[in-house]
Amino acid sequence: MPLLIERRQLVLPGDILAEDDFNPGENTYREGGKIYASLTGLANIAGKNVYVVALKGFYMPIVGDLVIGKVIDLRLGGWLVDINSPYTAILPTSEAFDRSFNSRRDEMSNFLDVGDLVVVKVIAFDRTRDPQLTIRESGLGKVSKGHIVRVTPTKIPRVIGRKGSMINLLTRGTNTRITVGQNGLILVSGDRPEMEALAVRILQMIEREAHTLGLTDRVEELLKKGKGTES
Amino acid sequence: MSKTKSEKLINEKGLRVDGRKFDELRPIKIEVGTLERANGSAYIEWGKNKILAAVYGPREVHPRHLALPDRTLFRCRYHMAPFSTEERKNPAPSRREIELSKVIREAVEPSIFTELFPRTGIDVFIEVLESEGGTRCAGITATSLALADAGIPLKDLIVACAAGKVDGQIVLDLDEVEDQKGQADLPVAISLRTGEITLLQMDGIMSAEEYEKALNLAIEGCGRVHEMQREALKKKYAMEEEGAEKEGEDEVTSE
Repeated sequence: MPLLIERRQLVLPGDILAEDDFNPGENTYREGGKIYASLTGLANIAGKNVYVVALKGFYMPIVGDLVIGKVIDLRLGGWLVDINSPYTAILPTSEAFDRSFNSRRDEMSNFLDVGDLVVVKVIAFDRTRDPQLTIRESGLGKVSKGHIVRVTPTKIPRVIGRKGSMINLLTRGTNTRITVGQNGLILVSGDRPEMEALAVRILQMIEREAHTLGLTDRVEELLKKGKGTES
Repeated sequence: MSKTKSEKLINEKGLRVDGRKFDELRPIKIEVGTLERANGSAYIEWGKNKILAAVYGPREVHPRHLALPDRTLFRCRYHMAPFSTEERKNPAPSRREIELSKVIREAVEPSIFTELFPRTGIDVFIEVLESEGGTRCAGITATSLALADAGIPLKDLIVACAAGKVDGQIVLDLDEVEDQKGQADLPVAISLRTGEITLLQMDGIMSAEEYEKALNLAIEGCGRVHEMQREALKKKYAMEEEGAEKEGEDEVTSE
């Protein structure tokens, strides 16, 4: 009796998922040879891996992730950035200037000030130290315009879709640029405000209905309808 | 534990003051995700008890020096609103509330994977809006749900329920009158998956056999509360169960 769940079955913390020859994947744990869920979500199997797609969660930084954050403080060594995670991230001053930083010559707040939103990348994080960020890559930097949409970080894969299918559909459909932060913040910017608003509405719908099937079809429908009313 | 002979808590038909049988729970209503601004929340009505539990975190710990290097700091505050009792209660935390904060914390903490997010903190606020005996059990039940709602990894949901001795009989889920005029009260919190008991207190006197009987009755009550707890958590996501029944090729990408 190895597998005890169906695909996409709703499981709660402590629910048994499988026995013996399966491996505990995301959001599961093994105890006494059995695998249990540790979060509320939809159980699934991939090969020998049993995992749970969480319905709600918080963001744990992973090196290489693109995230959107807000500057909350200026310190001697860098900016403190709230990245919607249990850990506050640091963007070092050395990231901002090409030459070495001199606190007498350069004013930090001219570059980034408290309250600024930034698109950044995580370059180091290991639980013993706070995550470090970089801003020196193409596509990264201060956010100057657009809308921010907040979704549960665990639903980000759904927003992106398989190989980016969902996000491509949305960018093409609304003619906007969408930057998806892995921490659950999404930046939408477009030339036309009504298209921006449409993209925001659809993103909110995706979050609400992330765990249902046939989502892509509904997004397409909404795109069509949204464009119809407006032309 | 004094008992006045004139007052009968169990009548000739074996029914208790509020008409329940010896092994009957008070009516329970549970709601998950009641508060919008908390990371996780739950609301429970257990008889006349009305309790809100709110979870904030994992987040940065303040004051910072309290943060633990190897696990998360789990803090609980049990508080009774001034209007929650018959006579106005002073809102300042009393000796009893500080004790309950501690026992609730110790009852729930073993179910959390605290080592997964070191240097952070989880704060739980349990606010009793109306009380009628057995608030600690209701509080523990709601706290565990609120943690699950916040998306915090748990080993199991913790349930709690009390049993006790009233008029010489072992009964389940004591209310305020029975708690005050009865002979003993035995609240139990348990992780039903493993059978681990995380809270066990006793107020009053029972013989060894009575204790055994009461403990088993309390655990049986926990089983019933656990079902309601699961129902409440599932109800929040009822929508996607309907969705899952519809067949479709489009799947959740997990990576």
